[in-house]
Amino acid sequence: MRRRDFVRTGATAAAGAGLLSHAGALHGILRPSTLGRGVDEDLRALAMTALDAARSAGADYADVRINTNRNQRVSTRERQITGLGDNQTSGFGLRVLVEGTWGFAASGVVTSPEVVRVARMAVAQARANRAAQRRPVELAPTPVFRDVTWRSPIRVDPFEIPIEEKVDLLFRANEAALGVAGVRFVNSSMFFLQEDKFFANTDGTVTDQTIFRTYPSLGATAVSSDGSDFQSRTSRDVAPMGLGYEHVIDSDLVGNATRWAEEAVQKLSATSVEPGRYDLVLLPSHLWLTIHESIAHPTELDRIRGFEANYAGTSFINSLEDYLGKFRYGPDFMQIQGERQTPGALSTVGWDDEGVQPQEYFIVKDGILNDLQTTREQAPWLADWYRSQGREVRSHGNSYAQSWSDVQFQRMPNVNLLPYADRDVSVDELVDGIDRGILIDGDGSFSIDQQRFNSQYGGQVFWEIRNGRIAGMLKDVAYQIRTPEFWNAMDLCGGESTYFLGGAFGDAKGQPAQSNAITHGCPATRHRDITIINTGRSA
Amino acid sequence: MSNDSFYSREEAQAICQRVLSFSTADHARVNLSSAMDGNTRFAVNQMSTSGDINNATLTVSSAFGQQVASATTNRFDDESLRRVVETSERLARLVPEDPEYLGELGPTTYPNSNSFFQSTAELEPEERARSIANVTEQAEENDLISTGFLVHRAGADAVATSNGLFAYTTDSRVNFTTTVRTQDGTGSGWAGTSVNDWRELDTGALGSVAVEKAMRSREPREVEPGRWTVILEPTAVGNMVNLMMNSLSARAADEGRSFFSQPGGGNRLGQQFLDERVTIHSDPEDSRIFSTPFNGEGLPNQREVWVENGTLRNLVYDRFWADRQDRDTTGFPSGWYMSGGDATMEEMIRSTQRGLLVTRFWYIRGVDPRTILFTGLSRDGTFLIENGQISHPVKNMRWNETPIFMLNNIEMMGRPVRISSGESSGLTSAVVVPPLKVRDFSFTSISDAI
Repeated sequence: MRRRDFVRTGATAAAGAGLLSHAGALHGILRPSTLGRGVDEDLRALAMTALDAARSAGADYADVRINTNRNQRVSTRERQITGLGDNQTSGFGLRVLVEGTWGFAASGVVTSPEVVRVARMAVAQARANRAAQRRPVELAPTPVFRDVTWRSPIRVDPFEIPIEEKVDLLFRANEAALGVAGVRFVNSSMFFLQEDKFFANTDGTVTDQTIFRTYPSLGATAVSSDGSDFQSRTSRDVAPMGLGYEHVIDSDLVGNATRWAEEAVQKLSATSVEPGRYDLVLLPSHLWLTIHESIAHPTELDRIRGFEANYAGTSFINSLEDYLGKFRYGPDFMQIQGERQTPGALSTVGWDDEGVQPQEYFIVKDGILNDLQTTREQAPWLADWYRSQGREVRSHGNSYAQSWSDVQFQRMPNVNLLPYADRDVSVDELVDGIDRGILIDGDGSFSIDQQRFNSQYGGQVFWEIRNGRIAGMLKDVAYQIRTPEFWNAMDLCGGESTYFLGGAFGDAKGQPAQSNAITHGCPATRHRDITIINTGRSA
Repeated sequence: MSNDSFYSREEAQAICQRVLSFSTADHARVNLSSAMDGNTRFAVNQMSTSGDINNATLTVSSAFGQQVASATTNRFDDESLRRVVETSERLARLVPEDPEYLGELGPTTYPNSNSFFQSTAELEPEERARSIANVTEQAEENDLISTGFLVHRAGADAVATSNGLFAYTTDSRVNFTTTVRTQDGTGSGWAGTSVNDWRELDTGALGSVAVEKAMRSREPREVEPGRWTVILEPTAVGNMVNLMMNSLSARAADEGRSFFSQPGGGNRLGQQFLDERVTIHSDPEDSRIFSTPFNGEGLPNQREVWVENGTLRNLVYDRFWADRQDRDTTGFPSGWYMSGGDATMEEMIRSTQRGLLVTRFWYIRGVDPRTILFTGLSRDGTFLIENGQISHPVKNMRWNETPIFMLNNIEMMGRPVRISSGESSGLTSAVVVPPLKVRDFSFTSISDAI
């Protein structure tokens, strides 16, 4: 790419500075967060220019995403502010298929001449790539959606809330934590995102969506009086959500800060765990991450087919024929659902990043592997399986790109473990059935191998279970599992009243690595006879 | 320096001055980054996706007294530049005072980091595709499956302040990694490195290493977890030592929440804490470990010796903590060099009665910051050594270990080489490390992952 070219083609260059020209730029100002708007007509015109240019240059298929992202982060420690930033980026990414080979190019200059230039560049790149292509890409058919809009179901626009109010809330939460004897440090923050995402493709689909994300968090650190130990507790029972400022209010950092701080202090004097085998009760604030690593990632079809082998890895599901419809992931009551429609979940959206309306589907049905995560390129890879089941060959709508500057690829939907169906099993009932065990609250350290067999998880707080009762706090706990054994060792899970949406930002996949925001809904679970190690060592 | 794909010094200075001319704050700082990024991925012996991305971002930090806030944009018309200044100023007027804000820096001098190479700036998709074919063709010839990633960037970073500071640097980087697997899924090999100058990268040679490792690692057998003597290839050593380099915060140490805290108060500066053969330094002017000559505040990243003959010589001091503790500020060791020895890999293997040879580590995550204890797994080429020879491939294993223990248990050191140090094979600063032979490395369970 030659920046001077678009300074030349982009009309007036700013006087003397050689600035990038945005003369005639159509995007970059976020829309007001009101409901009921239609598709942005200016963006539609620009998108059509891009698609026409791609077709004229020889593309058989093209899609374009024009995005504006705004985020705001407020962070504090103890009684002071440590950062306040408001960041905005806008641009477009254009993907083309030329004789079955992909090309992708992107630019932060959203003008008519630039979309034409970048479209030609993407086509030229696809032609250069063709020499290294052996099997042409084929896209599964999908319904066309013309001029449709979608918006995250927020009640309060977080960007409309005054900064003073946000800072005041964080300071009050910090003060509550610092009021607990033994707590020396507190960090807290709020993060907000608004993403305006316009999509159009040469099939005729045009979608215009506005996505919000909100994440309040707090961490307290206690230091022992002799300086020999320090322990932290973070607010992992508050997840990031695809909601507005109402999520900050509902999370009640101020009300919860004392409990988090007290648990940090309590960890200093907790008993260091005796390694061995224990029964586990995993609260959903912890379990969502284990589901993410050991179920959501290994059922990504691109991983299974080796496309992510150089970074994220492949999968223990190494043969579609041997696993689909046959592999017992867990007990009969285990249902794993993929969907993108739960209000407030982070993957929830109207249409994915290639214009597909997401489907709800069962990755694991009655304990057996039933389906995999797909995009339009990947769905045909499962054609034999789908036909044998009398199912349609179509994408589940699991395509996503982290920004305009990244190419879209397969990313997980909300992957949920459904609650026990027959009755509303409580956490007390799960604990009641255990002689020697550990209850884990909140996610902590995590690590998993590149085929998703062997993994290790810590947590925020560990409670010893003796004879069906909580006995006291433990520390230095991590459990190590092998995925198939772990899920088949689940003998009961909680009911609807224990169900919780956990999640995180920053799930990495792809090269260049792209960050995804993930939600996993789940109840509490019980697992028998799991290996616990002690992670405490003295230096 | 003038280039077509990012802002020249003169262009950057003009933009920064324009932004500062809109400022009404007591202090203001502009950070400007512009670059052309390119990448090509390949999988199953063919190209999968690629991208060419042109972008520039500008961040304005504004301060009224001790009230500070920042705003970022990637639009450079006057209206957008005015708006980003106004946003940062509006927010700054609303936030409480930051007692640690020290104002903006004035003009200063910087080390020279000559890490920009035209060869990298001119790399095009066709050449990327050709360089990948050097790997995929070898894999096909051997009935293997190759996957990999080539990424490059050429760009410029600038910092300007209302106190007259202007810093500008150009940089180019390339990272290449490949994973080659056997058709039956029982073997996997990896190779990769990073360079600043595209002409120094030989994808074919790296492909040969990955191909050979894939074939040799077929059908691994289990060995028991426990304390093992390990021969760590440089990438594995870099994976571990990076964890320690990221834990050098002086403030965390002085506040009692770091391995480098001294029980009872203070930190461990001046104490020997590693094997006396370990010396680690960073230096933007050292052509082996190019890194950025200044940080985001415009503070110079000078040569620093962090560990000398096993003794902690410095910790990372930012402006506030340096001021408070009456120390000099330091840069951050994003690029670093660890001294080595003369041992060859062959000598290390020959000297080993029973041990493991490890290619690299994966999914390394923190477990306990008190000891810099992390967990992770071996990956893409792990072999048993018996009686001075590689006897057969072994299954990967999970470890729970700390770089501190590892660097106290060194038996032999080899010649340092540059590695691809990031888990996602991104464009990190240069890291140069030796291979090591280390005793008592703690593996805790077996993984079936290939």
